[in-house]
Amino acid sequence: MMSALLKHRERFLALVILALILVVGAITPSFLSPNSLVSAFNDTSILMILAMGQMLVILTRCIDLSVAANLALTGMVVGMINAAYPGVPVPLLILFAMAMGACLGAINGFFVWVVGVPAIVVTLGTMSIYRGTIFLLSDGAWVNAHQMSAGFISLPRTVVLGMPVMSWIGIIVVAAFYFATRHLRLGRDFFTSGGNPTAAFYTGVSVGKVQFKAFVVSGMLAGLCGYLWVSRYAVAYVDVANGFELQVIAACVIGGISIMGGVGTVLGCALGALFLGVINNALPVLGVSPFWQMAISGAVIIIAVIANSTAERSKGRIILRRAVSKRATPSQHQEA
Amino acid sequence: MANTMTQTAVPNRLSNHWLHHLLRWETFLLLVTVLVFLFNSLATPYFLDPWNLSDATFNFTEKAIIALPMAMLIICREIDLSVASIIALSSVSMGLAAEAGMGPGGLVFVAVSVGIVCGLFNGLVVTHFGIPSIVVTIGTMSLYRGIAYVILGDGAFTNYPSGFEFFGQGYVYWVFSFEFTLFMGMALIFYGLLHHTNFGRRTYAIGNNPTAALYSGIKVNKHKLILFVMVGAISGLASVLLTSRLGSTRPSIAFGWELSVITMVVLGGVSILGGSGSMVGVVIAVFLMGLVTFGLGLLNVPGIVMTIIIGAMLISVISIPLVAGRLRAAREQRK
Amino acid sequence: MTQSTAVFALRNVTKTFPGVTALDRVKLDLYPGQVTALVGENGAGKSTLVKTMTGIYQPDGGETQVAGEVVRIDDPEAARQLGITAIHQETVLFDELTVTENIFAGNYLTRGRLGRLDWPAMHERTRGILADIDAPLDPKARLRGLSIGQKHMVAIARALSVDARVVVLDEPTAALSHHEIKELCGIVERLKKAGKAILFITHKFDEIFTIADRYVVYRDGTFAGEGMISDVTEAELVEMMVARSVSETFPKQTVAIGEPMMTVENLNHPTEFADINFEVRAGEILCFYGLVGSGRTEIMQALFGLSKAVTGNVHINGEPVTIRSPADAIKAGLVYVPEERQQQGVILDLPIFQNISLPQLGRLNRWGLLNEAREYDVARTYGERLNVKTSSWDQKVGNLSGGNQQKVVIGKWLATRPKIIVLDEPTKGIDIGAKAAVHHFMSELVNDGLAVIMVSSELPEVLGMADRIIVMHEGLMVREFTRATATPEAVVGAATGGMAA
Repeated sequence: MMSALLKHRERFLALVILALILVVGAITPSFLSPNSLVSAFNDTSILMILAMGQMLVILTRCIDLSVAANLALTGMVVGMINAAYPGVPVPLLILFAMAMGACLGAINGFFVWVVGVPAIVVTLGTMSIYRGTIFLLSDGAWVNAHQMSAGFISLPRTVVLGMPVMSWIGIIVVAAFYFATRHLRLGRDFFTSGGNPTAAFYTGVSVGKVQFKAFVVSGMLAGLCGYLWVSRYAVAYVDVANGFELQVIAACVIGGISIMGGVGTVLGCALGALFLGVINNALPVLGVSPFWQMAISGAVIIIAVIANSTAERSKGRIILRRAVSKRATPSQHQEA
Repeated sequence: MANTMTQTAVPNRLSNHWLHHLLRWETFLLLVTVLVFLFNSLATPYFLDPWNLSDATFNFTEKAIIALPMAMLIICREIDLSVASIIALSSVSMGLAAEAGMGPGGLVFVAVSVGIVCGLFNGLVVTHFGIPSIVVTIGTMSLYRGIAYVILGDGAFTNYPSGFEFFGQGYVYWVFSFEFTLFMGMALIFYGLLHHTNFGRRTYAIGNNPTAALYSGIKVNKHKLILFVMVGAISGLASVLLTSRLGSTRPSIAFGWELSVITMVVLGGVSILGGSGSMVGVVIAVFLMGLVTFGLGLLNVPGIVMTIIIGAMLISVISIPLVAGRLRAAREQRK
Repeated sequence: MTQSTAVFALRNVTKTFPGVTALDRVKLDLYPGQVTALVGENGAGKSTLVKTMTGIYQPDGGETQVAGEVVRIDDPEAARQLGITAIHQETVLFDELTVTENIFAGNYLTRGRLGRLDWPAMHERTRGILADIDAPLDPKARLRGLSIGQKHMVAIARALSVDARVVVLDEPTAALSHHEIKELCGIVERLKKAGKAILFITHKFDEIFTIADRYVVYRDGTFAGEGMISDVTEAELVEMMVARSVSETFPKQTVAIGEPMMTVENLNHPTEFADINFEVRAGEILCFYGLVGSGRTEIMQALFGLSKAVTGNVHINGEPVTIRSPADAIKAGLVYVPEERQQQGVILDLPIFQNISLPQLGRLNRWGLLNEAREYDVARTYGERLNVKTSSWDQKVGNLSGGNQQKVVIGKWLATRPKIIVLDEPTKGIDIGAKAAVHHFMSELVNDGLAVIMVSSELPEVLGMADRIIVMHEGLMVREFTRATATPEAVVGAATGGMAA
């Protein structure tokens, strides 16, 4: 029963999210208004975009703890550029943010691929380096709304077809990932090199290079989100998105991305982010203290990894003939 | 050199060249530490004052105490990123207990118990479900601190009983603070535990090859569980020291400390992949980091810059031997 | 030699690893439309050769020629572009991906300018290839649900999906049943007709004489001979392989067989094995023979307390025992020398004496404090008894040769004074001298009244050492032979499922 649900994680998650929305709506009906739902989704966009990048990194058996620091650093730099040179067009700034984020990601990737340092160590280190650099650049000062240009702030809020641009960016990123992981060789390489690095090498995939690419993409998206975050909240300071990397990892783990690498889907990952987004939006609506947020995401990470591990646990090799027939037919019931 | 080709009995050890002992990471660390010490004493006349030096130890002893069991955990191929959050939760628990009128002894008991429970939970999830400890403790890192926030919000506990301040502010003898004396005593205990007991030997065996260790009849999961509990308990103890020193508890207490603790361990020559490292190295690394922090403080470098330096140190310390090994292999290939 | 030129040739190729020369100036010629059998003992360098041919290893010296031109094979991609494909000994596949993706990974079919993957076409071709080799699998099935034999068919399909000039089959039949082997022979025949050059690596002489046209023999990483199969006999091949006559290989002694040491009743596992019943007596060598993946190792690991889902009864010395962990097994007097020596047997970075004392630290050292003098004593006692070759007892085990590492593992277990010792592929990948030492030692052990269980895939070793042979097939015990009734044909027949039906 439980394992059957876990097998169809996307469906299960979608149901849980729906139920959550309905329960919150039953208590506070205003939560169900289109405006409030759109705003809840809009709030989740950044988490969803970052989760896509993190997913690639986790698929290749690595982890990127530096995304939030990367986001904050690029956000600060973009904000400072905008404050100093309001004439620089915003699309150019966004491209710059993505390029800068990609470079910061490439630093992580370089140490993982070329030097061979474990990803957790590299990104733990760069996390504090990037964060410390913001202080060095800004001297601890804030970039506030009145220093930013109107275009800089308004772009993500512009409503197109009933939804803000930021939501559309989230949807486009998810759609692009969905396409790439199914239909492009690059997308499949993340699964092969994480699923069985030896076998991937035998098929001619350079595992280290794929890990490098994952870090670059993750960094690039963190850069994009750096602009989105600073523009959306109209402020940049040292502690922007402090600890947000945990939410991003939580979204991936909830979405069924296996921390052992090689297993996961874009849809599951997006739903994992959505799940956290709904909870984060529901807490204030229900009048629960925002201080619960951290504890909840911690608890959800633990529950999700336990669920993943029980779903994945190998039940031994399949040697007996009767065991083969039993497992090869998916329609049959499986004992837990 | 022993002659190995004759039919004489195989010796227990070959007599090692003295250079062999000298060319170790620990020696290098010690050298750097001495250099930093000299630099500091030249840079400012205040440095060599015994009380100044004693004051400097307060900056790192609480972290250093956790680095001791953390070194064993990392040698055993596991890691605990939740230590700083355990400090926060223990501290908040002590705050609650102090509000309820508990005395200093009771508070220590509460803090260590909370630490044990947290460590036990980490260890059980890791061993029972076979999930990598990195992920589990990333989860509990936000769970434990999250609980601290839920209990305390943006408030603070400041009403600690008299006598409690001794743990973090008291002196045992002359310039030797209680904290520092405790650290030195525990360093001795952990040195013995890692290098001179069955438990330590098994820690190395598991860290080198968990499968072969299991196949040799070692209860790998139980062993790891004990280590997680140890790290938890000592994080609770560190919480006593820190809370007592600050005289107050906020949920953000010790934020980001896990990074410094792990950096101390790795800087001390413990392999992040498990299986090797020594307590001596870790203790030297603790002093090195303490001296660097102190020196930068004397030079008026702001605290956040320290995090850049710690982060860079963490990456470079792990990179250097990797790059050196790569170069050595390349040179041998060419021969 | 043949009139046509070699499509693939190696000249003076050398490959060294730290401490070992795996290939020493070897040569190899493969001709289109011919099957060349590569024979040699374990450790002769066959797998290293395959990995060198397919770009996984780069040779340290020598020359590789494809169609007469000198080439470099820097990575697996380069090998594929040169038209070299291989079925590797270990199945290197992706458990979480589908059959189709396992076949096309790294070599996807695409369409359009974007390089969009053409899944319908790939599924279609997969269906075709699978039908060709008579393996009715769903292209969209995930690999993790397939049996070992089925996975092997996927590996074969993968090799066939590439349009290759040179096809390497590295022990492709080790895990296949009778029926599947016949299919494979048909495939090889067809490849031959299509003009491919085939390198066939196997241990089984009957296969060599049915399939191959030419043979090449390697011994201890060196070239030992080549020629046409029609010009050679089995005995001559064996002599080239081992460079000594076969009869004196096995030091089997007659030992009085005593009381039952261990009785196993109704041992069952949901997916790995079923209905396992046997006993082993003092002074007896009991062999478990079967294909790779027939459940032998799984049974031994279950007995050793490493498997969770097992049910059944075990008696040791007449007493019922419950073994839930290796620690329990060791306490009950049952020890296990595992197959994967470097992963499961030794701890490479610890010194010899620490490896040997590891299972009984608690017994050697009072109050949990290390007493290195006693550890060294134990290590010396057993190290000398097994004749471990080392310069000192504090050498890292990783510095020893494979054979000496195996001796350390055996010594570690003897130091615990066991009643029953299980040896899983004890001579896999060790040199001939060490092999003979291990065999000698088995004889000594039963002489001392121990019961020995040996799992082995090497038929000569099984026939040479066993008092009794239990043959496994697909997780079941299919037949039992005594030393007197066992013939090579009957044992292999039972193992490949020929006589099980």
